[in-house]
Amino acid sequence: MLIGRVIGEVVATEKHASHAGRTALLVQPLDLDGTNRGNAIIALDAIGVGIGECVLLTTEGYSAMTSVGRPNSPIDAAVIGVIDAVEIVGAATLAFPIRPGKHE
Amino acid sequence: MQLGRVIGRIWATVKDPGLHAQRMLLVQPLTPELTPTAKPLVCLDGTNSVGAGELIYWCGSKESSFPFLPAEVPTNATIVGIVDELHIERDRC
Repeated sequence: MLIGRVIGEVVATEKHASHAGRTALLVQPLDLDGTNRGNAIIALDAIGVGIGECVLLTTEGYSAMTSVGRPNSPIDAAVIGVIDAVEIVGAATLAFPIRPGKHE
Repeated sequence: MQLGRVIGRIWATVKDPGLHAQRMLLVQPLTPELTPTAKPLVCLDGTNSVGAGELIYWCGSKESSFPFLPAEVPTNATIVGIVDELHIERDRC
């Protein structure tokens, strides 16, 4: 699983039936210093998150499809948690803001 | 899943029987800002309605064969949606 930030969402009318009723989120995976880790991916929302939130992202198919309740579907990534805090041994806190809009 | 744009298609006469009658499209992966990232790849069409130049998203790994169940289709990338709109707010956080 990866730490990521929700940066947007994708609107699609023509899509696989298993994706209906689930928001397709654009999620930017992050490194522990808050920098982007590779390219943003599209993940279905299993829990109900908003743009700007720091989330837990699974990029393994079985976890993704079962977390959104659509087994045997073409789903390879899902947002499965909202991260409240991250503690790293030897560091006081994570080097980037967890909550949107609260990092001033 | 990842964003991409359909930039062409390929044909193959000799192929695995599981690929029979499958449309094979060339897809350029894109960032959310729609700039190319990584090299183009071949995707099957899980929606059966994708045309050239369309903005799509595709599913990778084993799950990409699930749109065709119960047929077992050998693929590791399948287009599963045609993008109407993207809402991006990178600066919100």
